[in-house]
Amino acid sequence: MFDFFRFFGKEESSSKNIAKERLKLVLIHDRANVSPKFLDIIKGDIIKVISDYLEFDVDEIDIRITKVQNGESDYSSALVANIPIKKMKKIGKNSG
Amino acid sequence: MGEVYVVTSGKGGVGKTTTTANIGAALAMEGNSVVLLDADIGLRNLDVVLGLENRIVYDLIDVVEGACRLKQALVKDKRFDGLFLLPAAQTRDKDAVSPKQMQDLCNELKEQFDYILIDCPAGIEQGFKNAVAGADKAIVVTIPEVSAVRDADRIIGLLASNDLHYPELVINRLRIDMVKRGDMMNIEDTMDILGIDLLGVVPDDENIVISTNRGEPVIATRNSLAGKAFINIAKRIQGFDVPTMDLDEDSSIVDKLKRLFGIGKK
Repeated sequence: MFDFFRFFGKEESSSKNIAKERLKLVLIHDRANVSPKFLDIIKGDIIKVISDYLEFDVDEIDIRITKVQNGESDYSSALVANIPIKKMKKIGKNSG
Repeated sequence: MGEVYVVTSGKGGVGKTTTTANIGAALAMEGNSVVLLDADIGLRNLDVVLGLENRIVYDLIDVVEGACRLKQALVKDKRFDGLFLLPAAQTRDKDAVSPKQMQDLCNELKEQFDYILIDCPAGIEQGFKNAVAGADKAIVVTIPEVSAVRDADRIIGLLASNDLHYPELVINRLRIDMVKRGDMMNIEDTMDILGIDLLGVVPDDENIVISTNRGEPVIATRNSLAGKAFINIAKRIQGFDVPTMDLDEDSSIVDKLKRLFGIGKK
C-alpha cells in the first residue's frame, strides 16, 4: 500500500534520502573508528602475506577504512593500505 | 525471576524517559509487577513524567549506601497496580554509584519483580556504564533524524561491548505526514541503517506533551496513537506477537483509500 504512494514521490531528491545517504557515510567513518583492534588484525595479516615479497618499515604502514565515491551520490567504504616499499625482494621480481 | 531492560539512546531528548514510563505502566496494566529505575543521577525526570515527584522519600543512592531498605525507597504508583518507581538522587554525582552496586541492586530487584526498566541517562560516560551494568536486555530509542540515528548506532556498538548483543529498536516520534512527503526517514530506512530488530514504532503525538504536563502516562489517554503503540510494545516484551501497527503509516487520506479498497482499520 505504501509503495503505491511512493510511486508519486520524488524519491531521489527527497530530504530523507539525503539524510540516509549522509548517515551511511558518517557511519562508515564512525564504525571504522570504534574498532582499532579490527584494523590491527588486518594489518598483521597483510604484513604476513607481503613480507615474503617486499621489504618495508612496519611503522610506516598506514591502514584505514575510508569512503570512496563511485558515482555522483554512490559511496562505498574501502580499505586503503599505504605501504612505502624499501626494496623488492628477489622472489617478487619473477618477471624475468 | 524478572528481567532487567535498559532503555537507552545516546542522544538526549529522544524520549527515553517517556518510553520507560509508558512501557512500564503498560506492563503493569497487563498484570505484571514492574519497577522503573531512574539511573539519571543528578538529572532525574522519571518522577515528574510519572507524576510521582511529591511522593519521593528515599532514592537509589540511599538504597545503595544502605541509608534505607529497598522497600522504603520504592514509590508505589496508585493508578497502576504493581508499578513502582525507584527514583534517582537529584543532588548527587553520577560517581556516587558503581556498576557493581547497580548489578547487585538489579539482582535484588529481579527476585521481587517481573520487569525492571532502567531509564538510562544520555551520553556514553559513567552514567551509561552504571545503567547497563545490571541489564539483561537493551531497548534503543531513536527518532528518525540524523543526529539521533547516528548516536543510536554508536550506542548499539557500546552495548555490544557490554555483552548486550541483541538490542531492540523503538523508533519514536515518527511523523507520518513527513514520511509520506519523503521528508523523514521511514521505518525501513532507519532499520536498514541500524540493523537491529524492531520492537515498535511510536508516532509523534501531541498527547505525549499533554499527558506529561499532567504527570500521567499517555497509555491512559484514550484514542492516543502513541499510547496504543506503547501498549503494543509492552505486549511484544511479554512475548505476544503483535503486528506493527499499519496504522502508523496511515493518515486520513490513506484511511479513506483503504476503506475504499475494503481494507479498513481494525
